Amino acid sequence: MENLVQIALQNVNVAAILPSLILTCFGMGLLLINVFLPRGTTRPAVWISLIGLVVTGFFVFTGWGNPQYGFNDAVAMDNYAAFFSITFLFAAGLTILMSDEYLTREGYPVSEYYPLILFTTAGAMWMASGTDMMTIFLGLEVLSISLYVLAGFFRGQVRSNEAGLKYFLLGAFSTGFLLYGIALIYGVTGSTKLTEIGIYLNAHGSLLENPMTLAGLVLLSIGFLFKIAAAPFHMWTPDVYEGAPTPITAFMSAGPKAAAFAAFLRIMEYCFFSLKPEWTAMLWVLAVLTMIVGNVIAISQTNIKRMLAYSSIAHAGYAMVGMVAANEIGYSGLLFYMLAYTFMNIGAFAVLVLAGKKGEDNLTLEGFSGFGFKRPFLGVAMTIFLFSLMGLPPTAGFAGKFYIFAGAIKAGYIWLAVIGVLNSAVSLYYYLRIMVYMYFRDPEEDYAWVTMPVTVMISIVIAIIGVFYLGIVPGKVMDLAKLAVF
Amino acid sequence: MTDHLLSLMTFFPLVGMLIVLFLPREADRLIKTVTLIVTIIVFLISLPLAFDDVFINSSAMQYTEFANWISIGQYFQMNYYVGIDGISLWLVLLTTFIMPIAILSTWHAVDKNTKGFMALALLLETGMLGAFISLDLFLFYVFWELMLVPMYFMIGIWGGKNRIYAAVKFFIFTAVGSLLMLVAIIYVYYYALQAGVPFENGFSIAHFYQLDIPAHLQTWLFVAFAFSFAIKVPMFPVHTWLPDAHTEAPTAGSVILAAILLKMGTYGYVRFAIPLFPVATMKFTPFLALLAVIGIIYGALVAMMQDDVKKLVAYSSVSHLGFVMLGIFAMNLQGLSGGMLQMINHGISTGALFLIVGFIYERRHTRLIVDFGGLSKVMPVFATIFMIVTFSSVGLPGTNGFVGEFLILVGAFESDLRIFTVFATIGVILAAVYMLWMFQRVMMGKVTNPKNAELKDLSAREVVIMLPLVLFIFWIGFYPNVFFEKMNPSLENLINQVKDKQHIAMMAEEMKPTVTQISVNDLR
Repeated sequence: MENLVQIALQNVNVAAILPSLILTCFGMGLLLINVFLPRGTTRPAVWISLIGLVVTGFFVFTGWGNPQYGFNDAVAMDNYAAFFSITFLFAAGLTILMSDEYLTREGYPVSEYYPLILFTTAGAMWMASGTDMMTIFLGLEVLSISLYVLAGFFRGQVRSNEAGLKYFLLGAFSTGFLLYGIALIYGVTGSTKLTEIGIYLNAHGSLLENPMTLAGLVLLSIGFLFKIAAAPFHMWTPDVYEGAPTPITAFMSAGPKAAAFAAFLRIMEYCFFSLKPEWTAMLWVLAVLTMIVGNVIAISQTNIKRMLAYSSIAHAGYAMVGMVAANEIGYSGLLFYMLAYTFMNIGAFAVLVLAGKKGEDNLTLEGFSGFGFKRPFLGVAMTIFLFSLMGLPPTAGFAGKFYIFAGAIKAGYIWLAVIGVLNSAVSLYYYLRIMVYMYFRDPEEDYAWVTMPVTVMISIVIAIIGVFYLGIVPGKVMDLAKLAVF
Repeated sequence: MTDHLLSLMTFFPLVGMLIVLFLPREADRLIKTVTLIVTIIVFLISLPLAFDDVFINSSAMQYTEFANWISIGQYFQMNYYVGIDGISLWLVLLTTFIMPIAILSTWHAVDKNTKGFMALALLLETGMLGAFISLDLFLFYVFWELMLVPMYFMIGIWGGKNRIYAAVKFFIFTAVGSLLMLVAIIYVYYYALQAGVPFENGFSIAHFYQLDIPAHLQTWLFVAFAFSFAIKVPMFPVHTWLPDAHTEAPTAGSVILAAILLKMGTYGYVRFAIPLFPVATMKFTPFLALLAVIGIIYGALVAMMQDDVKKLVAYSSVSHLGFVMLGIFAMNLQGLSGGMLQMINHGISTGALFLIVGFIYERRHTRLIVDFGGLSKVMPVFATIFMIVTFSSVGLPGTNGFVGEFLILVGAFESDLRIFTVFATIGVILAAVYMLWMFQRVMMGKVTNPKNAELKDLSAREVVIMLPLVLFIFWIGFYPNVFFEKMNPSLENLINQVKDKQHIAMMAEEMKPTVTQISVNDLR
């Protein structure tokens, strides 16, 4: 026993988990502080959690280029993890900024909301930095359980309850798949460490055709494909995204999705590099399917939250193209795209937060009639985000798609790139439709002028800056993304 | 100053846009005046280009500017690389010349949301100028897409009854084409890197010109480029967005669309599709010439049957641009210079026709031919100008249209496209039929509709708008040499470059030592 403790202590390297540790401490501290605050006072929680994110971000930044490994190689805070962590932190920060007014408007000014977002972010960071199946699984669970609660946060609303329950049931089911996959791979290789699995599989070529290995690979993939909402495991997405509180929908579509990509990509690259032709072929089909399903179904949507949910499925498809490319450009393109998507999608949802009335029944295309003239700034902001989602230069969405498709072309997947851009063409239609209602239709009814809360405006402005910065001068960030991939 | 003339010209409208955005929303007249001044300044900035004799002596790119824009490790290098030669010279000047005219035409026509309209118009000008001067494919693509957005909103917000359909159709048609072109651009880029083009040159087209891309690859790449440009030209059968967009767009939008945006397509062929993929061009020339001739005749026939003047002019554009395409694909100096000149001519005369339609629409709020008749008695000044523009569009000797069409037909006749020329000539006759018939029904005879009896003749502002156009109609008609002497060196250079490559390819085909096949896998 004493030996075990010693071994564990020898391998402790706090630097490897420092950022997520800080974030967790902030979350727990916040839970404590909330006890002493009067009910309904949420402002302090907003600021404390934002400070927590900034401090965490500081430690992530200072750790850049100086990878830390620890806990018997179960955690690696390398550039890859750092890049994704920055993405999560931006997602969480923008979400928190837009949440306060929203919670008040919808009648749930509960400050436990903020620690939950911090825990989700910490879970996401473990997923990105995990180099052991168990670490990744722990991260996934921390992330998921907090998200189940957040999705069903509006206890009194049927839709929110439905979202929470649906996400929980299907999420738990998919976690089962994932765990089964881990178990099978452990059975084959006798290890849960990613690098060890990879080396073992590579050294024992006969295992690559072993049905247990392949079943493990497939089950693992299903677990992650569910989280990134790839077709045909996307069924939960529209309902959950529509029912969950809008800021949480924004967050889910950016942060946790990126986390799932982070872990998925690392596992595929570390453990299954010997099976690359097999899993890229599998993902080729799924990427095409995901893009088509997302884009085609989005066309017929009239609820904007639901439309953006399907669009988010389609974007997962574009990101998967980067995985299929399986080269440096494709991977770093994927990292870049996740950051770009964080800005443009959360920005679009922030506009929805300000556009919605209590209950959000007006977030339909009809409800957006003449929006661009009634609320000029929000109209322009939404237009920028939509053009970025379409992938028009000079926005972040264009730069991201450019790198991903360039990676695919470089890898020789010309047809995949063609299918990808044709899907972008399909997506033009439904994104343009929102703009058609915003600018080409006259307003149906006058709705009361809502004062623009500063915090939400800050998140929109940050998102616009992000969209243009990544769109016009993407070089710097893309260089970082390049340093981040394996 | 002259070092950065092109950048100054291109981005000055953007500065103007920012100024306009900060003007008060209600100051309608102030916004229009500021926009007009900005576009006139841009014209003045570009004016020295017209008098620079360097274009007569040299086919090279002038006024070049080069700067690193985006560089990402060893992946990509995108440069801000611009320059101008005889091919783009007159198109740039056409753009800066048409913009003030288009803005002036909005004085009474645009009254809701003036600020938005003017901001978009200026953004559009930056996009158009940027696309014409880009020497880097990536930069070109960015400007190319940038043009799309303002025009989409112009049609959608300030357009006619069917504007939403027209705007969305315009956007989707153009974007689909350009997305495929993007894939081809990335592919060419990788191919160039593979072939040893230095990394720092990025997407520079001058280096791409020198590549020897295998024929089977050229075919696919050409298709991707040509499809995108064909939509923009527009060529038959992908022309269907044009009549909708033209008919629904506000007058200024139609003028810009017809005069400049359509030229992007034909310019794209001359600058990119043909010189980048000369061997594939050879293969596709008969096919594209056939489409051009179908466009000429089909456009003319449909124009003849229109009862709406604006639609008639829109379909006449399909016909006219068919001529331009025919001239370009003749690939000899007469045809190509005729085609280039006809681009300018079409910009001037069709722009003028849309303005004329705008004038009578502002007065009567109808564009149907049957609602008019006998206008020449009521509006004599208008009648004179309309007649001159009509003649120019028909291609009467003495006007600009004649020079262009004549050269195109001569050029095409001397090339391999002789048989197509015969059919294209029918288009000339048909053009006379639909234009003159329309003119007769609108302007001649008795005033049948009492509403037309009290129409006011052109105001001073309207005459000022039309006079420069009329001036150029005659200038190009009588003394086109000014234009030819500056564009010919570049065109000759282009033709030699393309013909050489085609010649080598044909020799290789005859000798049949298997041309090295480079498959996509080699690019990994």
